[in-house]
This record gives sequence, structure tokens and C-alpha cells, in this order.
Amino acid sequence: MRKHLTLWRVIFAVIMILGLYSSFIRYFRGLGAVSNMTDQFPWGLWIGFDCLCGVMLAAGGFCMVGAVYLFNVERLHPVVRPAVLTAFLGYLLFIVGLLFDLGRPWFIWHQMIYRNLHSVMFEVGMCVMFYTTVLFFEFLPNVFERLNWPKPIKWIHKVYPILIVAGILLSTLHQSSLGSLYLIMPSKLHPFWYTPALPFFFFGSAVAVGLAMTIFESTQSAKAFGRQLELPVLVTLGGALLVALWVNALLRFEDFFHRGLLKQVITPSYESYFLWLELTLTFVIPIGMLSFKKVRLSPQLLYLASISTVMGFITNRLNIALIGFETYVGHHYVPKWTEFSITLMIVAMGFALFGLAVRYLPIFPADTEHKLEEPERIRVSAGVLSHAGD
Amino acid sequence: MSKAILYDATMCIGCKQCEGACAQQNKLPYDDTVAAESLQSAHKYTVVLTKEDKFMRRLCMHCEKPACASVCPVGALHKTAEGPVVYDVWKCIGCRYCMVACAFGQPKYEWGALNPRVRKCVMCPDRVVAGKPTACAEICPTGATKFGERDELIAEAKERLRQNPSNYKPRIYGLTEVGGTAVFILSAVDVEEYGYPASARIGETPMPEYTGRVMERIPDFIPIWTLVLGGIYWISHRRDEVAEAEAQAKNGGAR
Repeated sequence: MRKHLTLWRVIFAVIMILGLYSSFIRYFRGLGAVSNMTDQFPWGLWIGFDCLCGVMLAAGGFCMVGAVYLFNVERLHPVVRPAVLTAFLGYLLFIVGLLFDLGRPWFIWHQMIYRNLHSVMFEVGMCVMFYTTVLFFEFLPNVFERLNWPKPIKWIHKVYPILIVAGILLSTLHQSSLGSLYLIMPSKLHPFWYTPALPFFFFGSAVAVGLAMTIFESTQSAKAFGRQLELPVLVTLGGALLVALWVNALLRFEDFFHRGLLKQVITPSYESYFLWLELTLTFVIPIGMLSFKKVRLSPQLLYLASISTVMGFITNRLNIALIGFETYVGHHYVPKWTEFSITLMIVAMGFALFGLAVRYLPIFPADTEHKLEEPERIRVSAGVLSHAGD
Repeated sequence: MSKAILYDATMCIGCKQCEGACAQQNKLPYDDTVAAESLQSAHKYTVVLTKEDKFMRRLCMHCEKPACASVCPVGALHKTAEGPVVYDVWKCIGCRYCMVACAFGQPKYEWGALNPRVRKCVMCPDRVVAGKPTACAEICPTGATKFGERDELIAEAKERLRQNPSNYKPRIYGLTEVGGTAVFILSAVDVEEYGYPASARIGETPMPEYTGRVMERIPDFIPIWTLVLGGIYWISHRRDEVAEAEAQAKNGGAR
């Protein structure tokens, strides 16, 4: 264990050093020096991965809050805190990513005063700002519990219904709006990915990824921190993921069918190779796996299915942001190593912050001090053990 | 009223004086090296392209309903009443959505700058407001680039097509593309050969409508979705309360 951690620390240090070097290039030599973005390819890896994927990967927060507090799926209670933590960190890092990508990040606050209500980007920006605030308040009880301050927890619990509804509303809006961003480019984005249904697909896939990410991070943190796996939780999530994937797959098929693209989809081409990769990872593998009860009951296999789903939808976002424009532009865009290194640095920061939070805050149920939760009748304590026999 | 530019490629002699005048007007460097560049960039807002003995200009189309202005989160780009689509650099946050959204690929970026700006032809707004033609139109020795009232230029372009149909491809590029622009092109060859997007590809729908269809639903969506979510919350928690109260009654209050 110790040796394992040390290796990861070395890798982390290397990533951070390279990332800091690239950050220096970014802020002292400009976007042109740090990236392979051009006038023809004004949006690169940072928009494709840090922004589109970052927000999608943080969807677990609103999915779990919705499942537990809105639909009262008590069984999932133990994963709400890690999911909210992941979301909170995800959005903070999304904003960090924006500070690298924006040409004039020092004016990021302009959108609060020079509002353009017709702009999808404006809507996304405002939603992300408000939702990060909501996540901050959803996250705060962890800190107060740690500090043993019951008073402010009670205050937050009083406004909890508002936070929950606002959080899900804001998530619905901006998860879908990230897809709407691309609606204005019908002549540029390849027809495989350009569809009027983009906002629906972005929202639908965010829900699927939210579920998959929760499976992934529960299993991953169980491994890393030597915690007990919450099998009934994973089984519930796996079942929900299968449903979400089927809905996504059917909508996707409908879309191809209605726009008469089925033949083009099965014809080999540069774009169709990437589409096949995406569809295999998002639908064929995980739906195939999860259709077997044996898989849905095995943490290990559920973990693999969730990884495939997450990788698949990451491919989907990168296809939309990068691959889908290459034919229009007429050449390939391959990110510079410094672009990768900044992205890696941001991801590494996410893992590190998650690790720190788990170590010092009562994120996982075993650490939860239920006496502070009782005023709200939140049944965290029941968590793992009582459902073990489900 | 609204102004526009009519560029008649059949009258163009490829002297590139418009490039030079544009550079001077916008305080950009211009020498033989820049003149030889066939790509528009942050330091070259307009370019005269050559193909055999024919020429073609490229510049911002100044759309009637500009995509760039509709997507900008801070409203740094806007269409003025006089016709030009102008840029307020002090608002810009550098998201580059305008560049991605423009069907004509016109906004360019200062990739090497530390406080970069979006750069494009802004149709000399100061001159236009003062009642003068744009720098490129003023200097054009043959009248290939002509500046004037939008309506009058459309009428004139139609008249030229009517009088010399054999000289031209029978269309005015910019008249209906993306809902109409303020730059019209007459040409003997298809403008697509010079990198202009095909009319069929970009269509006649003003670009802002594609996102507008979704954005206009949001004011309705927010209260409805809030009610739905709040309703679900209330129902599922109410059910719990009732179940608990019943259980309590059954057990004689000993929970």
C-alpha cells in the first residue's frame, strides 16, 4: 500500500511540474505557443475535454441528489456525499480549465455585467456559476461536521429543498445547453453529431455518465482507501445505468433513422470509425455486459461496464468538439503536448483534492456522525449494513 | 439606412489596393510579404484571391442576423443600425465562440498575444457613420468594390445580372445566404471555388435561429421544471411522513 502510494506521488509530482511549465507558457507566451489551436480550429482539447467532459463527468452529483432526495431511493444514500464532492471538485476544476482556455480570463466576470441573453454560452456560464454555489452549500455540511458545528448544518438543512431543486434545475439547463452550443454550426459539424436533438443527447448522456461515474468512483475509492464495497448500492446503480443506456441508445438510433443516416453510419469513413468506437464503448459493451444478471451482481464487472460507458461518452464529446470539425476544416487537429499536460494537471488536481477531502472530511458513511444528521431524519447511518441483505 | 458593400469580381483587376487601404485604416502592417499571404488573419482582414485570370475578395459578410453577435456571452459583437458588425474589445472575454459559430469563418484571433483580441473586418464604422465609404471601396480604382445603401446595391446587382447575364453566374451571393448579409458578390465563377461556403450548405435560415429555438423555451422551462421538481420532492417526502405517522400510530408512538 505504502509503496503503491509513493509511486503515485512521483507520477503526481511529474504531472504537476510539467503542468506548471505549460501554465507558464500559456500565460507568458500566449495561446498560440501553448496549443495547436488556430483560426481554423479555435476550440481544442480544453473545450472538448476540460469543459464538455468535465461537466459531464461531474453529473453524478445531481443524479444522486435527485435519486435520493427527490425520488427517495434511500439505498443510494451512502454515495450522495462522494458524488456531491466529485461534482463540486469537477465544477471548480472546470472553472480552472476555463481560466486556461479563455483568451482574457481576467475578464471572466464580464458575463455578469455585459449579459447577452441570446447566447447559449451566457446561459451555460450563469448556470455553472450558480450551480457551483449550490454544490458549495451541499458540500459545506461535511466541513461543519468535521468542525463539530451543528448550528450551521441545521441552517443548511432548512434550505435543503431549495438547494436540491435549484441544483437539479440548473444541471438540467446547462448539461443540455452544452449541446445547444453546437446547434449554431449546422454547416460545420459532421452530420453524425450535428442534430437538433443535441441538447437532449447531452442531458441523457450526462445522466448515464452520472450513474457510471458513481459506480466508478465508489469502486475506485473502495480500492484506494480500503473501504467496504457497497454492493446493494452498486447493484441499484448498475440496473439504473442499463435503463439509461437503453434510452440513450434508442434515441440515438431514432435520430440516425429519422435523418436517413443509417447507411452512412455503416459505411466506413474517417468519421464512422470514430462513431463506431463511440457507439461500441457507450452502448454495445456496457449494454451487452449489464444484460447479464451475473454482471449486475459483480462489483468487478460493474466497474468495467461503467468504465466503458465513461470512456464512450468521453469519445462522444471529443468527437463532437474535435473530430466532427476536421472534414469541414480540411485538416486534423492534434493537441500539443502542453495542452495535454495542462489537462492532465487539472485531472491530477481533481484526484488529489478528492483524496484529501476523503481523508479529512466525513465523506464516506463509516465516517458519518449521524447524531448531527438526526434533526433532518436523514438515515445515513442505516447505509451499508442494513441493506447488505437486499 | 442600412449600408452594404457590392463586390463585382468581374470588374476586379487584382491590384490589392483594397488590402493596403484596409491595413492602413486599421493600423495594420502591410508590405509585400503580407500582400502575398492568401489567408485572412488577425493582421489581414480582407484578402484578394487569384485563380488564373480571375480574382475574388474575402471579407466579413456583415450578416443581417449575425451568428457571432448572437453567441457572444458578453455581447462584445453587435450589428449597428448602419450595417457594420462591430467588436467592443473591452467586453471580450476570449471564449472564441464567435469564431466557431461564424459560417464564413471570418473572426480571427491574435494567438500570439497575451491579451488577445478577435480581429475581423468591421466595415470602417467610423467612416460609415461620418457618411464616407469604407476604405476599400474608396480606393478601388475600377469600382469592383462599391459601397452604398443596401437596397440600392441589391437593385444595382440585379440590374447588372439582367443586362449582362453571360458575364455572371446567375446569383447574388449574400442576398439570401444565412438570411441575408451586407456584402454582396457577383462573379463569373462560383464563389465556392474561393473558399466561400456553398449556399445550399449554410442555407437561408439566419444562424441565430438555430440556438434561438432552444433559448426562447428557457423562460417557460424554468418555472415549469421547478414546479415539477418541487412537486416530486413534496410528494415523495409527504409519503414518507405519512408512512412514519402511521407506523408510529400502530406502534403506539414507540418508534
